[in-house]
Amino acid sequence: MGYKKKTIILAVIALALACLYIFYNLTGNIGYILPRRIIKVVTIIMTGGAIAFATTLFMTITNNRILTPSVLGLDSLYMLIQTVIIFVLGSRSLVMLNGEINYLVSIGMMVIFSLILYQWLFKSEGNNIYFLLLIGMILGTFFGSLTSFMQVLIDPNEFSLVQDRMFASVNNVNTDLVYLSIGILALVALYFTRFYKYLDVLALGKEDAINLGVPYNYVVKRLLIIVAILISVATALIGPITFLGLLVVNVAYEFLKTYRHFYIIIGSMLISIIALLGGQFLVEKVFVFETTISVIINFIGGIYFIYLLLKENKSW
Amino acid sequence: MVNIKNVFKSYNEKKVIEDVSLHIEKGKITSFIGPNGAGKSTLISMISRLIARDNGDITIDGKDILKVKNNELAKKISILKQSNGINLKLTVRELVSFGRFPYSQGKLSNEDWVKVEEAIDYMELRDMQHKFLDELSGGQRQRAHIAMVIAQDTDYILLDEPLNNLDMRHSVQIMKTLRRLVDEWGKTIVIVIHDINFASCYSDNIVALKDGKIAKTGRTCDVIDECVLKEIYDMDIDIKNIDDRRICVYF
Repeated sequence: MGYKKKTIILAVIALALACLYIFYNLTGNIGYILPRRIIKVVTIIMTGGAIAFATTLFMTITNNRILTPSVLGLDSLYMLIQTVIIFVLGSRSLVMLNGEINYLVSIGMMVIFSLILYQWLFKSEGNNIYFLLLIGMILGTFFGSLTSFMQVLIDPNEFSLVQDRMFASVNNVNTDLVYLSIGILALVALYFTRFYKYLDVLALGKEDAINLGVPYNYVVKRLLIIVAILISVATALIGPITFLGLLVVNVAYEFLKTYRHFYIIIGSMLISIIALLGGQFLVEKVFVFETTISVIINFIGGIYFIYLLLKENKSW
Repeated sequence: MVNIKNVFKSYNEKKVIEDVSLHIEKGKITSFIGPNGAGKSTLISMISRLIARDNGDITIDGKDILKVKNNELAKKISILKQSNGINLKLTVRELVSFGRFPYSQGKLSNEDWVKVEEAIDYMELRDMQHKFLDELSGGQRQRAHIAMVIAQDTDYILLDEPLNNLDMRHSVQIMKTLRRLVDEWGKTIVIVIHDINFASCYSDNIVALKDGKIAKTGRTCDVIDECVLKEIYDMDIDIKNIDDRRICVYF
C-alpha cells in the first residue's frame, strides 16, 4: 500500500473519530452540548495539528528523529510563567489565569525566549544546532527548578491551581482563545508556504542543502521561529503536551515510509488528531474525567517508545 | 576560473588558513594534498561557501561567491563532502533527482528528468536505482552521491576526499569517472585527496598545503618531486617512473 493511500485512510479515521466524538450519545440539551463539543474538536484539531507540524519541522531542521521542540525548554517556560503568575498575584487573579491576557503573555514570552535563544545561536557560525539544544535543555531544567521552588512556597490551595495547568486538557478551553488561535495559526501557515519547497532538501543535511542552493541560515531561522510560535500557541491553549509530537511524527515516518514532507506533515497531523480525539473520547466516556488526556498520551506514547527501542535493538 | 586571493580563516584564534592565494584552472583536475590539519578541507569548504572566510576574496568566473544568489551559485559549483549518513528512506533515483533542485525547486520538468537519467547511466546505477540508500555498500553510496552532483550539472565540482573508505577497485572507478567528466564534458574538478599516488596519476595540477599555507602549486610533475614532498610531509619519499607515471614509494 502506498503512502498516498495510507494518508487517505488516516484522514478517514480522523474524520470518523471527530463525528463519533461530536454525535456519540447526543441527547438532552443539544443546543448547549453540540457547540461545546464542536469547539473541543476544533481545539483538538488545531493543537494536535500544530504540535505535529512543529515537531516535523524541528526534526527536519535538526536531522534527528528523537528531538522535539520541548528540548528548547518551552514547556518548562510555560509552567514557570503560570507559577509566577500565581506566586506573585495569588489565586485571586483568576481573570489573569484564564483570560486572553494570560494567553498572550504566555505566547509572547515563549516566542521572545525562543528568539533570544536563536539570536545567540546565529551570532557566531561555530555554534551549531546541538549547542542550541544544550542551552535549551539547561535553561529548561533551570526553569523547572525555579518552578518547583515557587510551588513549594505557595499555599496548597493555590498549588492545586498550578497543578491543573501541568497537564494538558481541552475540557475548559476559552472559546475566544480558540478563535484567536485559529487566526494566528492561519497566518503562520500562510508564511510557511514560502519555505515549504526547501523541506525535503533540508532533510538531506546542512551541507547538501547549501550545496543545492538553499539559503540555509535564512530558512532555518525562519522555520525555527515558526516552530516556536506553533508550540507556544498549542501550549498556551491546552497546556504542555509536546511529547505527543515525538510520538506522532515517528509513527508517521514508520507508517508512511516516505521522506516526502508533504505526506509526513499531513500524516503526522492526522495521527496527532486521531490520538488526541481518541484520547479525549476515552477520558470522557471511559474514565469519566478521572484522568487527563496528557496522562493517556504519555502512557501510550511511553509504551510505543519502549517498543521502538526494542525493535531497533533487534535489528542490530 | 576560481580565483582565491589572500584568504584567511581561523577557528577560535587558531589559524587554519593563512594568506592563501590561488588560481584554479578551468577544465582540469586540481588535487589538494598535504598532511592532516593542513587546511585542505577548510579551503574547499570556503570555495563552496559551506563555511565563511574571515578575510580575502574568492571569485568564480569573476563574481564573488558571497554576492551571487545561493540558487545561482548552486548551478555553477557543487560540493560533495565526505559521505554523510543520510538517515532518510531515500532511493538512489530520488537522491539523484535532488541534484536538480537548483533548477526545478522541487518540481522536476521533463528536461530535469533527462538529466537525472543521464547521471544514473553515467554512474552505472541503473540496476540499483530503486534501492534504498541504506541497502547499499559504501562504494555504491558514494557513486549515488556523485551521480547527484552530476545531475546538478555544474561547471565546477568540488569533492572532499571522495575515495575515503573505498577499496582500490572503487577508487580507480571513481577517479576514472572524474577524469572522463573533465575530458569529455569539460568540467573543472577540485578534489581533496590523501593518496598521493592517486593524485599523481589522475590530476593535472596539484596544490600542496602545509600548516594553512600553500607549500607548492603547479603541474603534477612539478609537485610530485622528492624535494617538494619531503618538505610537505617531512619524510623521505622515493619516486619511481613506471609506465610514464610517477609513483611515490614511501613505505
